[in-house]
Amino acid sequence: MRRDDGIAAILRHRGNAAIIGVYNTGLDLRRLSPAPLNLYSSGAMGQGSSWGLGLALGMPERKVLVLDGDGSLLMNLGSLVTIANAAPRNLYHFVFENGCYEANGSHPIPAQGRIDFAAVARGAGIHYSFAFDELAHFADEVPRILALEGPVFAALKVVPGDPSPQDYAFVNAVERVREFKRAIEAERRAKPA
Amino acid sequence: MAEASLAGPDIIAALKKAGIEFIAAVPDIVTSQGLLWPIARGREFRLVRLCKEDEGVSVCAGLAVAGKRAALLIQHTGFLDSLNAIRGIACELGQPVCLLVGLLAKEPGVAPTQSSSFGVRIVEPILDALGIEHFCIEGPREIAMLPGAIDRAYAQSRPTAALFGRTVAP
Repeated sequence: MRRDDGIAAILRHRGNAAIIGVYNTGLDLRRLSPAPLNLYSSGAMGQGSSWGLGLALGMPERKVLVLDGDGSLLMNLGSLVTIANAAPRNLYHFVFENGCYEANGSHPIPAQGRIDFAAVARGAGIHYSFAFDELAHFADEVPRILALEGPVFAALKVVPGDPSPQDYAFVNAVERVREFKRAIEAERRAKPA
Repeated sequence: MAEASLAGPDIIAALKKAGIEFIAAVPDIVTSQGLLWPIARGREFRLVRLCKEDEGVSVCAGLAVAGKRAALLIQHTGFLDSLNAIRGIACELGQPVCLLVGLLAKEPGVAPTQSSSFGVRIVEPILDALGIEHFCIEGPREIAMLPGAIDRAYAQSRPTAALFGRTVAP
């Protein structure tokens, strides 16, 4: 499965979900669907899943999708336990497994090809945990995954797709967070709870 | 309450006054009995138990972006371990992460920079280097400063840190 194809399969069912993209998934997300409700996480190692947890707890009325990387998740593996314990019903955590630290020279992750992320998530206490390595199957399952009560975890075996602009200055800019917050506030004003 | 201790109920009241709804925490012996256990047993806040302190930086930032106020209750060792997350998320992305930091082994009444503990001595210089407003709570006067510090952090979208300079009692 190409990473950008996997992301596109998710985006087809995005609705009004907020999405956090981590490193290259974030760059692909920006290329495929630039939107105010995209948040990008890079530089603070492995923090995408924890950003997602905070957002999910803070706005339970909205789905929050984390597009994580395997290297990033390994830097914050305990977040799976924290997420399972906090149990946000609106959090969907997708991990794109390319088996390497692509943003830092494509060195292999520890236990490349041997670690079972879906099993790790299940063992951490996340009830709905899946693994996919074939695009058509994953694309078919996305609507069912997003209809489940979170937290939900899915690991996707991927290879890089089309190259995305490596514009970290754009995704790391404080203005991206401000845009994201303004978009949430604007929707809340338009549709008060 | 022993005279040498801080009053946990007063700190909890100050956090409520500041509009804090969520506490993200890793246990710290300085604040365990007087803050974390009462918070865990009570209904004033939603407690998010963390595996590691740096998670809490992002959890608090996510909550802030979603319009909720949170505080991160940790030990100074966890603060030191979380510096890159604090640098990247709280400082560079300008998020109002409110750090409540227990100074393990700081001598009561002694300034943190004068402590015999190396780990305690370096906390304030690091906060200064990060440009994070901070103060050390040694008694009721500093507890009363907490709501204002949190309000400023959210108003100005920047982090703040309150350091507990002595044990917090229930």
